[in-house]
Amino acid sequence: MRQRFYDTIADVLATDPQAALVLADIGPVGLGRGTAVAQRVVNVGIREQAMIGVASGLAMAGLRPFVHSYAPFLIERPYEQIKLDLSHQGQAAVLVSIGASFDAASEGRTHQSPADVALIGALPGWSAHTPGHPDEVEALVRAAAASHDSQYLRLSSQANPESFPTDGAVRVLRDGRGPAVLAIGPALAQALLAVEGLDVALAYTSTPLPLDAAGLARLMAGRKRLLVVEPYLEGTTAPEVMAALAGRSARVEFAGVRRAEVRRYGGPADHVRLHGLDAHGIRRRLAGG
Amino acid sequence: MVVRMPSTTVTTGLPQRLLRNLSRVTGDEKHDAAAHSTLDVLWVLYSRVLRLTPESGRDRFLLSKGHGPASYYAVLATIGVIPEEWLDDLAGFSSPLGHHPDRMLVPGVEISSGSLGHGLPIAVGLAHGVALAPRAAGSGDVHVLVGDAELDEGSNHEAIALAGRWRLDRLRCVVVDNDSASLGWPGGIARRFEVEGWSSAHADAADHGALHRALTQPATGPHVTVVRTARKGS
Repeated sequence: MRQRFYDTIADVLATDPQAALVLADIGPVGLGRGTAVAQRVVNVGIREQAMIGVASGLAMAGLRPFVHSYAPFLIERPYEQIKLDLSHQGQAAVLVSIGASFDAASEGRTHQSPADVALIGALPGWSAHTPGHPDEVEALVRAAAASHDSQYLRLSSQANPESFPTDGAVRVLRDGRGPAVLAIGPALAQALLAVEGLDVALAYTSTPLPLDAAGLARLMAGRKRLLVVEPYLEGTTAPEVMAALAGRSARVEFAGVRRAEVRRYGGPADHVRLHGLDAHGIRRRLAGG
Repeated sequence: MVVRMPSTTVTTGLPQRLLRNLSRVTGDEKHDAAAHSTLDVLWVLYSRVLRLTPESGRDRFLLSKGHGPASYYAVLATIGVIPEEWLDDLAGFSSPLGHHPDRMLVPGVEISSGSLGHGLPIAVGLAHGVALAPRAAGSGDVHVLVGDAELDEGSNHEAIALAGRWRLDRLRCVVVDNDSASLGWPGGIARRFEVEGWSSAHADAADHGALHRALTQPATGPHVTVVRTARKGS
């Protein structure tokens, strides 16, 4: 996903004179070197507060800033700048992160950001996308370049076997009579394995914010149980899910990244398993009904 | 030096109408001393420095130190950007004028401020952006006002370094120095900018001629004017 973002943004910068890429020493700082594109690749060095402030100023000047870094340095460190320099000023930007919840398992807590989508969701006017495939990344980046709103694109090194349209829909991939499972972004890969042989419905979306409420309501018609599998802090999607299902009687559970800090290294797959987000863990949650 | 303009008082160099507007807005406004520390420089900027028309190529003024905006509102009313009647209801529930200005509510206000250390980084992006944007030709300068205590915020120092490295000719910063930084700035405020390649000038707030010269001093790269005012609370 990371490389596809770099390839796509290079093309966007080359074809759209209003697009700009703001970096803080992480990512393709040499993009377009020697061409006219390079002046719209704005590297601020290791200065994340200024990274967002500069993006706000670029937006005020009429540019469409994409801001890219590791999730904790993009969302958590300059959170007040996102709140004030972008939202409060009425300026829009596209924030594109890498690292997700624990892609950097071996780097430890400093490079992990399970709460990023919850934080963005606490601010007004933002959408959040968690693509599950490089093709989805490309579609989302091109759509973001052509729009004027504030968006958070959360890229991950974890991916699903195939891509789906990035129209924001809750898409039913597999029907069944029992409970429904809603997999968000890269959480789909393990959910697909988990539901094999079970009489459950499986749906997918790469856009948890705003969630396709009508699509979720259709999925839940006549059903009594929903398990939401989230690739970020457990419960992040709850406000959107509960609003979509208001007035219905259904048991709703969330399987996501747990709040407790895990002082373990290893790889992302180890942490997927640890948080119960692997096929076995998801099956166990479903069996818990 | 006293600048003599029509309806200007001999003692302050400020027009009576501005002073009347200021008294309309102040009352027991909580950041009174800070408000007055910016009055002279705001008036010189708006009456003699900023080119606000046409809008597309205008100079921009970003008040980063949003505390005590009474002077700012009084100046905007005096030059006719906002109605003078607005000054009578500072921070009322239906008033567009709060204790910190909101760009979405007040015409002519380029940024919403209040939390310290946000204006200068935005100004750096704006000054960089107006030179990059497709319609850059004819765009004006970007002025930003910060306080000496506001410089405590580290975000300013990220921005000061960037502006110097990028040689932002359009960026002009005013530091209103009323000696309110709790831990002080040993060696002076201007040095923090000069070491990053900014040119600098000093002026006393009451000397409008010197203020005007400092604010408009030709510069290659970013320029800072440190304006000395009465100490906070004095």
